[in-house]
Amino acid sequence: MIKIENLTKHYGDVKAVKSISFELEDSQIVGFLGANGAGKSTTLKMITGYLTPTSGNVFVDNKNIIDHSIEIQKMIGYLPELNPLYGEMKVFDYLKFHADVRGIQGHKFNKSLEKVVSQCGLQGVVHKTVSNCSKGYKQRIGLAASMIHDPKILILDEPVTGLDPNQIVEIRQLIKRLGKEKLVLMSSHILQEIQATVDRIVIIHNGEIVADGTSDELIKDSKGLNQLELELLNAKKDDIKNMKANIPSIKIKSQTENEKRHQVSLEYANTSDPRKDVFNYAVEKKWIIIKMNSTKRNLEDIFRNLTKQGGPEDA
Amino acid sequence: MHNIRAIYKKELSSFFSSPMAYIFLVIFALVNGYFFTNTFFLYNQSDMRALFGIVPMVYLFFIPAVSMGLISREKGIGTIEIISTLPIKERDIVLGKYLAGLTLIIISLFSTVIHYFTLIKFGTTIDHGAVFTGYLGLALVAGVYTSIGVFASSLTENQVIAFIVGIAIVLVFFLMDKLLYFVPASLAGIVQYMSTEFHLSNISRGVIDTRNLIYFGSIIGFFLFMTTRVLESRKWS
Repeated sequence: MIKIENLTKHYGDVKAVKSISFELEDSQIVGFLGANGAGKSTTLKMITGYLTPTSGNVFVDNKNIIDHSIEIQKMIGYLPELNPLYGEMKVFDYLKFHADVRGIQGHKFNKSLEKVVSQCGLQGVVHKTVSNCSKGYKQRIGLAASMIHDPKILILDEPVTGLDPNQIVEIRQLIKRLGKEKLVLMSSHILQEIQATVDRIVIIHNGEIVADGTSDELIKDSKGLNQLELELLNAKKDDIKNMKANIPSIKIKSQTENEKRHQVSLEYANTSDPRKDVFNYAVEKKWIIIKMNSTKRNLEDIFRNLTKQGGPEDA
Repeated sequence: MHNIRAIYKKELSSFFSSPMAYIFLVIFALVNGYFFTNTFFLYNQSDMRALFGIVPMVYLFFIPAVSMGLISREKGIGTIEIISTLPIKERDIVLGKYLAGLTLIIISLFSTVIHYFTLIKFGTTIDHGAVFTGYLGLALVAGVYTSIGVFASSLTENQVIAFIVGIAIVLVFFLMDKLLYFVPASLAGIVQYMSTEFHLSNISRGVIDTRNLIYFGSIIGFFLFMTTRVLESRKWS
């Protein structure tokens, strides 16, 4: 549905987006994740036709954004970052304005209005002035305006920033419901947000895509190491040192002894699980394992690693 | 077309939903009323020339003030991003906003029609045609100045700057006629043709010449075109 080809944007000397390419299909929620200034908003602005790419192109339903911006904008609902609104307007008038521009009038407007008002929970504020609404309501007003024409594609730039935890959960649920019938592309710099909401994560760093996949895939593909914490009784120092020779997939990170208890910390690659071997080795050496705890790397570590200054880790 | 109407409606309702429009209307009516009635009974002449002389001067400040926020405010609060990503051509945004500003100015111009009734009540041998063309001229000048005001508003996100730039450009067109002495004779004709006052005085005299209409039309067209280009330029920033 959306195809991005070698999309590049330079602001003067600053290269905000560097030749990125990806494709997005129908009815899925895609999270665009990156640190502040990574190029998320710039990319979204190019997809919505607000900015023109320096080079490369965006295709929506095989139409390119440069020559067919109006047609593409008809298909898209867009909630810009910081959710700018016309404060002096009534909520009803604001939604009516969007509907007017989208050519939705009369009976059709009443139906669309009813739908977005109930979807976004705006029942109490329809006849209020926008500037008098709370931040959570404002966010939902922006969202309601962006989907009044029931777009096939919804692009949300940081839709939950500045909301309280309850409001975040509400918006999250709403986005999940919308994702069943629409393509939702949302950006965020908050990992938990993305992880809880989306089907697919695209991580962008310094204007380049550094990872792309479901959160499970990203964890699996990451080159980082998992940790295994052991606490042993009856162990001998030399045997512990020799463990590496018997089980090649592990690396001993640290080893301490405290009142006959040995605390050992191991590292192992994602591709293997050495716990069985460790257990067998312990039985052979007559160690007593009183603790074995494996901590898998989570998305947060991966995100932090990928978006550290200097780019992807080289481990 | 429905896009221009949607923008127009939004702008007009935002004028009238805040005290802005009413303040403008009252000030405009008061200032013009004061200067008109001040000399009307003194001169004892059955015409509205005093009014038609003062309105263009009030326009100098009034029109840039009305139009200063039309685009700059959208840039300031960020809604420019919403309006630019809706399926509306930049040209339609500019036209809708321009027409809304012009509407407010024409409405305020209408508030001076009360003086026409004063004239009918007390005057003798009134030249109704001259009154009509006088108003037509003022409406056309309003059209030019509003297009300049919208253009100034598109250049910045600061309303005060838009106001000052608007006055500066309007002043150039307003003063050109008065600077003819300082211009080489070979250029005098061009400078005179560029000045709004020259065309306004032609029309006010009761002569509606196509040359004057073409002048007003092309200046309005030029500034609206430039405004559209300024709005489009954000894409290439």
